[in-house]
Amino acid sequence: MKTNKLKSSLMIAMTSLLVLTTACSSGGSDSGQSADGKKNVTISFRSTGSDDSLAKFFKSGLVEKFEEENPDINIEIAPVLASEGDYTSKMVLQMKSPDTAPDIVAEDTSIIKSDAAAGYLEPLDEKVKGWSDWNDHIIENLKSGVTGEDGKIYGVPATSDTRGIWYNKELFTKAGLEVPFQPSSWEDVLSAARTIKDKLPGVTPLNMIVGKSSGEGVTMQTLEMLLYGTEDTLYNDETKKWVVNSPGLLDSFKFIDQVFNEDKTGPTMQVALNGQAGSIAFEQLFPQDKLAMAVDGSWAGTTWSENGAAPIENAEEKMGFAPFPTQDGQEPGSTTMSGGWAWSIPANAKNKEEAWKFLEFLMNKENATARVVAEGSLSPRDDSTDVEGYTDRPFVEEAQELLNVAHFRPANDQYAAVSAQLQSIVEGIASGKLTPEQGVQQLKDNVSRTLGADSIEEK
Amino acid sequence: MKRKGPGAYWFLMPSVLLLLIFFIVPIILTIGFAFTNMALTGSAAQNLEFVGFQNFVNMFQDPDFRISVWRTLTFLIFSAVIGQVVLGFILALLMKEKNMTFRRIIGLIVIAGWVTPEIVVAFCMVAFFSDNGSLNQILGWFGANPVSWLFSFPMVSVIIANIWHGTAFSMMVYQSALDEIPKDIEEAAVIDSATNFQILRYITIPMVKGSIVTNMMLVTLQTLGVFTLIYTMTGGGPGTSTNTLPIFMYNQAFVNYQFGYGTAISLVLLFIGIIASLFYMRSMKVKV
Repeated sequence: MKTNKLKSSLMIAMTSLLVLTTACSSGGSDSGQSADGKKNVTISFRSTGSDDSLAKFFKSGLVEKFEEENPDINIEIAPVLASEGDYTSKMVLQMKSPDTAPDIVAEDTSIIKSDAAAGYLEPLDEKVKGWSDWNDHIIENLKSGVTGEDGKIYGVPATSDTRGIWYNKELFTKAGLEVPFQPSSWEDVLSAARTIKDKLPGVTPLNMIVGKSSGEGVTMQTLEMLLYGTEDTLYNDETKKWVVNSPGLLDSFKFIDQVFNEDKTGPTMQVALNGQAGSIAFEQLFPQDKLAMAVDGSWAGTTWSENGAAPIENAEEKMGFAPFPTQDGQEPGSTTMSGGWAWSIPANAKNKEEAWKFLEFLMNKENATARVVAEGSLSPRDDSTDVEGYTDRPFVEEAQELLNVAHFRPANDQYAAVSAQLQSIVEGIASGKLTPEQGVQQLKDNVSRTLGADSIEEK
Repeated sequence: MKRKGPGAYWFLMPSVLLLLIFFIVPIILTIGFAFTNMALTGSAAQNLEFVGFQNFVNMFQDPDFRISVWRTLTFLIFSAVIGQVVLGFILALLMKEKNMTFRRIIGLIVIAGWVTPEIVVAFCMVAFFSDNGSLNQILGWFGANPVSWLFSFPMVSVIIANIWHGTAFSMMVYQSALDEIPKDIEEAAVIDSATNFQILRYITIPMVKGSIVTNMMLVTLQTLGVFTLIYTMTGGGPGTSTNTLPIFMYNQAFVNYQFGYGTAISLVLLFIGIIASLFYMRSMKVKV
């Protein structure tokens, strides 16, 4: 009797242990080799669904061509269906483990420095040294966007974008304003908006993204477009501190206050605070001649192309894209912020050499250009303009030109936290809940509270 | 009766082990992480540091956190306590001792909201409240101008959505409790010429007190955790008007990648749940 009991309890203990050990060990590890001895290279990027242009680009015979040239490598396309924010979290979780890390990953340039600082990415300095295109053709200005805080290179820029003022030429002519619009200072933009308000009732003069629900767009398309046209910046690269109080910052806040509260030339709060403010402007207000100007990204114009969400015939005749001026017209006259995607190799990737081989292939003149044409973005290569079809796309020439004056977001892994603070302050100022001075005070208080008083400075 | 030998403990081992690994350890870890600078990315992701009460200090100094607490309490009181608990009780009371067909039809309609998955409820409600949604269409028949419900009355919209989704649960709990009341007590009260209100006040409610407290606790804890519904309908906005603690926590942990801060917020949420439960138990003098 006693032995029986002991036996059965032992049995149960053993079984439960067995269950646990199988549950805890992962379902078999991938050695990075396929059954036929080829090396696997998995490439992950954010996909928007079955119509995703990047996924289509890979399926257009590109992979087959590479595999033909490199019979020992097997390319696996692994798109990740997620929103932009979720994509970052998903990729980070995958890159943390050698079992799940892809060999190539698409990194948003806004997060690449954070991921590099966290140790998720492989430095590529040795690899780009042996690749002549890196020095000869990748636009120099874009390289700072993929350089980590430690000065090492963590990605190859693959797409890029710029920001500027989209405007409706017909409405400008109607209001008696000069076309093409060439503002040389902030005052020019403000006065054009006032003219439109006076001459064309019912038309929203100037749309700027200020609603917190639009996330990073508020910081990049609105605040930084202003701030980087002044003498100040958001982050001091030398002292590695956040500049939370500067004349330029206060003036930027004042510009927003002027548009939304003094001149009342901005959109209604209902449009402005909507998370879809950008789409409303480009898909509804612009095509219906109810909006004269909008500060937004170079990609926004693709909305009006044949396959876009709101096609307009002869979009280039009706609409224009003007550079955003610096505050008082100081050199170089205009400013823009640039973002975009890069290709990186995770530190936990299994076949880094093969991955780099595929990256070089992806980023050669022909393929790199084909991708940005398919996606409607700007090329990181200066020789893409020679490729047929690249500049034929509407507004691309103007947007590409701006890359030469492009600024990038601060190279600091706390950027997301500071950006979140700026978003709610900009919304507060635009909706009249904060004065520009209170905005500066709030930024100072909040950033020093969350990041520590030793991480800020004032000018 | 034979006394239980130590063998009984062996039989408990599997479940204790499972609980330990999948429940107790994560809870202890969560409490631990709330005192660190844990982050999803950035240099903090590599160097996990103990930061003491810093997350909590930041939280209580953060005006957005205070707003979120108020939003959470508003959402809780109106959608859970007043909405689901009271409405559920009234429904159950009205359906008591009505004929079977009536109970079935009404019950089915109410329960439809409960069996629908939360994400589907959220989409239905967006379709109902949106600018061109059914509510504005119906108002249009009466000549009323369309109202942007989700923009102008975001909190009211999510509260109504949560009431629609959750009331059936309370109704069912009360129905079974009300059916348990012996008929003869009520009959005796009627013979003593008690009014309906008096019966409700002195007989019905005291007799289902236990169910009321249990139900209130369950509904409160459930409502404190509502995320999908609000996130899908308003995303916590416009501004911070529907930014309840779960949404605030999500934004800190997964949008700003501050896991440590996020876990600290979740502890506060847990704390609010405990306080509310204790409050119900005390105020009704019930032991659960």
